[in-house]
Amino acid sequence: MIPLSSPETTEAPEAEAPATDEAREELVAALTTELGDAVVGSHIRTGDDVWVRVTRDAWREAGLVARDHLGFRYFEFLSALDWLPSPFGKNEDSPTDPPPTPSTDIVTGYAGGDTRFQVFARLHSFSQKLGLTLKVDIPDDDLRIDTWLPVFAGVNWHEREVLEMFGITFTGHPHLVKLYLPGEFEGYPLRKDFPLLARHVKPWPGIVDVEPMPAGDEPAEPDATDASDAAEGGDA
Amino acid sequence: MAAITERQKLAYANAQAADGRVNLEFETDEGMTLNMGPQHPATHGTLRIVLKLDGEQVISCEPVMGYMHRGYEKLTEVRTYPQVTTLVNRIDWLGSFANEVPFILAAEKLMDIEAPPRAQWIRTLLFEMSRIANISLFVGDMALHIGAMTAAFYAFRDREYVLNQIESATGGRFHPNFDRIGGLKDDLPKGWIVDTKASMERIRDFCDEMETLVEGNEIFQARTRGVGVIPADVAMAYGLSGANLRASGVDWDLRRDQPVGLAWNEVDWHVWTHPDGDSFSRFWVRLQEIRESTKIIDQLLDGLPSGAIMAKVPRIIKVPEGEAWVATENPLGEMGYYVVSKGDLGPFRVKIRTASFNNVAVVPWVTRGVYVPDVVTILASLYFILGDIDR
Repeated sequence: MIPLSSPETTEAPEAEAPATDEAREELVAALTTELGDAVVGSHIRTGDDVWVRVTRDAWREAGLVARDHLGFRYFEFLSALDWLPSPFGKNEDSPTDPPPTPSTDIVTGYAGGDTRFQVFARLHSFSQKLGLTLKVDIPDDDLRIDTWLPVFAGVNWHEREVLEMFGITFTGHPHLVKLYLPGEFEGYPLRKDFPLLARHVKPWPGIVDVEPMPAGDEPAEPDATDASDAAEGGDA
Repeated sequence: MAAITERQKLAYANAQAADGRVNLEFETDEGMTLNMGPQHPATHGTLRIVLKLDGEQVISCEPVMGYMHRGYEKLTEVRTYPQVTTLVNRIDWLGSFANEVPFILAAEKLMDIEAPPRAQWIRTLLFEMSRIANISLFVGDMALHIGAMTAAFYAFRDREYVLNQIESATGGRFHPNFDRIGGLKDDLPKGWIVDTKASMERIRDFCDEMETLVEGNEIFQARTRGVGVIPADVAMAYGLSGANLRASGVDWDLRRDQPVGLAWNEVDWHVWTHPDGDSFSRFWVRLQEIRESTKIIDQLLDGLPSGAIMAKVPRIIKVPEGEAWVATENPLGEMGYYVVSKGDLGPFRVKIRTASFNNVAVVPWVTRGVYVPDVVTILASLYFILGDIDR
């Protein structure tokens, strides 16, 4: 990202960007040589960030390689993604119109993916000043993956949170119990098909008393119509 | 006296049964179980720590969280981008402005827009002021846990100077909600620069006062030196951040090492580290951080550029498809947002990486074998806010 928009600083990142990008490409190449076919996808945003997707069997191996061979010794976080479009939309649809038909197409993000659930973790390298996001697909019928506890001790609570929020089990974790929620809680709250009941009980006030947008600014007009389309069409 | 209804009796019996269940869960043959919290003052909110003791010594320690879990990650999925800042204000409530900044920066990164220089400088100013407001309370609070009452009153008194300035600029002492995608809500009020400079003088006096009152105190040193030592490799494996990491000798500060567009690189300041990794060094590093923050603020005020405070953004904010991660060095440590957008009015998924969550994860490791009074000082020195753990 460009630090400030003053004239002398806008040029500097332009010159730096290819250099850092090279570093990221080298990083992906290094991971590929270490892991071979286990690297199934990658994405680089020039001068900014890198995503690498590995197979489920190589998940722990990938963590160890990143830590020991590539210098990613700092653990930032581990979490999961549910790529199912929310069947409830954003609950901002008009209460009088017929409900929208939500899409069930799963479209994954950077570095691709074939499954609804993905576990992802972020590591950082102090020496290279690079961040790395590792992703892994979790098949729907077998929501299990190796724990990363031997790699980073800090993943302990992160994995427990993923278990209670997404229902993904980490094999080899010695104390895999719920972290925040009470033990008898049913369901996995961060899954997209878990309803946010507060929104179902009381409709979002924003759709009940919407003030008309003031006319005037030229660019505001197309955006305003865009937005109302989106609100009516839900996530489709 | 009014009669107790059946319903009340039932509720009471249920509560008793729940308590009994909780205690039974942790009863073992070896040693005794001690519940610290959820209402213990050392826990900054409602964190329960289950200690298994052998006499005075801790065998094992298990933090129990979730008393303040508000589900922000789920809530962001039904909000629009501008609405999310209101939520994230409440994560670390002592340094709220700093919580907004990484989220706004992540949204700006996805939209590929950038706030004008003046907005970036004012963001940096308010960011550092919320750091002072947050950490000055820590300084008093840490002394309070050692048993020194006075420092806490001084901290509350002097924190007001900063909070007043934050309030006069943003309108809110604790929840400014001042950051917007593309800039800021408002410009600074008249006379703010002079007042802020005066308040920075007060804060520097406060630091000197604390140095003589707390840091030089013999009892304070005896209680904190060599207690709760965290080596650098353990700190990194657990993902400790902020002053906790720097107190273990790791020279890492996102403000300096990972510029995100704010004005820290424009001014002259220093990142302090300490090689010891004990409770005392965590206190020391934080105290130096306040000093550096006052220096940053003074220089920023001198060089504040003029110009717009808002970039040109559409009236209805739709963020293009993509994923972005932005982390900044917040008062408690590294705070980051992983934002996944599907081109909607609101985010598809937001993963909030808070500093305290990782910082507290090290508690079971660091409290093994220490004495019960030291658990209190270690917890105080790690410095967490419950809202920042539970989100």
